[in-house]
Amino acid sequence: MERSLLIRNLRRIVGEAYVLHRDDELTVYEQDALMVARHKPDVVVLPDNTQQVADVVKVAREAGLPIVARGAGTGLAGGAIPEQGGVVIALTRMTRILDVDPVSLIAVVEPGLVNAELTASLASRGLFYAPDPGSQVASTIGGNVANNSGGPHCLAYGVTSNHVLGMEIVLSDGTITWVGGRAVDGPGYDLTGLLVGSEGTLGIVTKVIVRLMKRREAVRTLLALYDTMDAACEATSAVIAAGIVPEAMEILDRLVMRAVNQTLHVGFPEDAEAALLIDVEGLRESVPVLIARIEEICRADGARRIQTASSTEERLNLWKGRKHAYGAMGRLGRRTMMLDVCAPRSRLPEIMRRVLEAGRRWNIGVSNFFHAGDGNLHPTPFFDFDETSPEYARVIGLCEDIMRACIEMGGTITGEHGIGLEKREYLSWMLNEDDIDSMKRVKAVFDPVEALNPDKIFPAGRSVHGSPAADPVGAPRAQ
Amino acid sequence: MTLVIPEVETCIHCGLCLNQCPTYRVTHLEAESPRGRIYLVKAAGEGRLELPSVADHLYLCLMCRACETACPSGVQYGRIAEAAREVLGPPGPPLQRWITRFALRSLMPHPRRLRIAAALLRFYQRSGLAALALRILPRSLRRRAALLPPVSPAAYTSEADVLPAMGEKRARVAFLSGCVMSLFFADVNHATVRVLRRNGCDVVMPRGQACCGALNVHYGEAASARAMARRNIDVFSADPNIDAIIVNASGCGAAMKEYGHLLKDDPAYRERAEQFAAKVRDASEFLAGHGVRTEPRPTATAMTVTYQDPCHLAHGQRVRAEPRALLATVPGLTLKEMPGADHCCGSAGIYNILQPEMSEVLLREKMEAIRTTGAQTVVAPNPGCMMQLRYGAQRFGVPVRVKHLMDLLDETGA
Repeated sequence: MERSLLIRNLRRIVGEAYVLHRDDELTVYEQDALMVARHKPDVVVLPDNTQQVADVVKVAREAGLPIVARGAGTGLAGGAIPEQGGVVIALTRMTRILDVDPVSLIAVVEPGLVNAELTASLASRGLFYAPDPGSQVASTIGGNVANNSGGPHCLAYGVTSNHVLGMEIVLSDGTITWVGGRAVDGPGYDLTGLLVGSEGTLGIVTKVIVRLMKRREAVRTLLALYDTMDAACEATSAVIAAGIVPEAMEILDRLVMRAVNQTLHVGFPEDAEAALLIDVEGLRESVPVLIARIEEICRADGARRIQTASSTEERLNLWKGRKHAYGAMGRLGRRTMMLDVCAPRSRLPEIMRRVLEAGRRWNIGVSNFFHAGDGNLHPTPFFDFDETSPEYARVIGLCEDIMRACIEMGGTITGEHGIGLEKREYLSWMLNEDDIDSMKRVKAVFDPVEALNPDKIFPAGRSVHGSPAADPVGAPRAQ
Repeated sequence: MTLVIPEVETCIHCGLCLNQCPTYRVTHLEAESPRGRIYLVKAAGEGRLELPSVADHLYLCLMCRACETACPSGVQYGRIAEAAREVLGPPGPPLQRWITRFALRSLMPHPRRLRIAAALLRFYQRSGLAALALRILPRSLRRRAALLPPVSPAAYTSEADVLPAMGEKRARVAFLSGCVMSLFFADVNHATVRVLRRNGCDVVMPRGQACCGALNVHYGEAASARAMARRNIDVFSADPNIDAIIVNASGCGAAMKEYGHLLKDDPAYRERAEQFAAKVRDASEFLAGHGVRTEPRPTATAMTVTYQDPCHLAHGQRVRAEPRALLATVPGLTLKEMPGADHCCGSAGIYNILQPEMSEVLLREKMEAIRTTGAQTVVAPNPGCMMQLRYGAQRFGVPVRVKHLMDLLDETGA
């Protein structure tokens, strides 16, 4: 199909203003929050409703173009980068909350709705949407669903897949269909479970039925400060070993606390090497008991100081600092690449030692802020050179070492950010050919023409990173 | 033309600014978000985009700097956009560019010419011509004409070079009377000076002061802004015993606090500019720190009040708590916060004239937010916001009075 005809056909569906085709308009859609890869789409369309999405999909398919769905573009694995060009369907205009049922505790929302706005709109009813990724002030429910996003409070509440009951999707031939529903369990295969975390490779989500939760009556926030990362990790394991599962258990290192303080002035202490940030929620009577018990354990594990937030403002401020940690990495380097890996909780101190050691070995600064309670780590290398620089190989070497260590310990190479472009060549580190093949067969059922977000997740034989370096370069760098 | 702005490298593309940006919230387009605009500037700098193609996006930006409040990496978006606009020049089609440039270069730096222009405007407003214009102008222009507030009967002038403190003297401050404030809000200037004097300040009125240059910086005329900044630095530093330079227009305050940056490449003025900038205080910021020693009394306009954070006070100067603390000193006053108090009202200097459609969308939202509070008075300590909100109250039928904080404090006898 000729380009001008394509544009005309798309305009007929969504209107002139929402078909972007000029160079300037397209350039900003060539990247998401993965800074090291980019590719310009041929056209970007912003539909307003499900029917428009379906019609756009049909036109794109007639033109033989690949289709990439995009939310706010806060993804860290390049899932929204249109590597093969084609049509980007940005769902950011579809932001409606269609229904809130406070008795069944569900809401029906459109995929472009910003995560934090859903929770804000529910505040007056004492309800909230539990998954709280660090990007929640900007990221969309649709994007969260595509990546099965987690967040600090997922330790107690579970990740996105635990909070999605069903969804409306548009398939690659333009069919509109539903999976799951308002009821907790439906007959047949759990296709909702399959679609959550499928990174836009199986269908385009156009409506989501999410589970809502009631705010607990009491919440306390505690910050335990340690002289070493090791001690903070030990304490995390000790609390969980004692049978306590707080609502959130996060570790932040000194680098990140200082960076966040500089811009957001949240008041993190800067004299500790690592801090353990813990939220305990529950009944008014039980929370103080649990907090006292946690304090005791943290102290036994060598906490140099423990502080509890004395006001809601202070509490929210600490969490604001934690949630904005990634965004503050620009204070440390021109470029960053946030890893998303997991290790079994029982081996937290050991894996973190390996992470720090790898940073020294490759001579790259690494900052750490992560979901300690879940064993979901986010080592974030920061550096001042481009991905085209020969030095970049060191970053890749570092990341690969960390992933290898996680696999060795029985963990995984992704926790909540997805595979996307960034990690697809590493999928074979964890899955054998048969595994990958059976997953591809699943994809073929939904998307036989391979139109939806092609070459994401599965190895494509092209790393976005170039080739890893043979040897670490340079001397260890002080952190 | 080159567009190489090193600050763009501080953005790591996380996107946390998106939903804090008024134009992104309205359009949902990446190119109308702070991250998108920075990316465009960067791409143009790399030679991947034609420079003029990024202009529309940069000029749909309100320069409210809400993204700076949101940015965890401390990216100074305002500086990036100002630098880019300096390269691009003023926005719009050739005639509009010419008019904007003429006004910024030949009017704004010259207080006398401004006064003459204001006198002509006042004649127009009072002679019935304005009423006629509102009937015969095309709709798009009618709205712009309706935005113009009445010119003050007499432009602000001080009766002396130094107005002495009343009671115990506790500070010596200089006062920027401002161009828009002097011409359209002379009464607010008088009120500000009265409040300062009642609270123990000698108020110095440096002669020959110029407009702060904020509009020039925002609309791609930084060269003339630098000349205005130099002139202000000269006249304000004539008195070495000044404790603070008081500004009651937040757009001006924000611009003057940036003089150090504006003149960073001027070896003769760099240091003086920094010293000057360090003394600049918004009137509310100064008074809250200085302490109100008078005993404010209840006033008719202060029952239920809502507060509009001017962008260049909240985001530009990070002053949020101080004005609210001052409101709390007024007996009988209830502050009812509106949702999104720090969202831009769409005024943004001359944005409401250049981008009437986007401005109107934001204003409607703002007026509905004000309506939900049921407040009788909205306090907005910045002339641009005051004009816009007054127009908005009329346009959308919200029964609310718009007052400057200093005006309200003056009424209470503070």
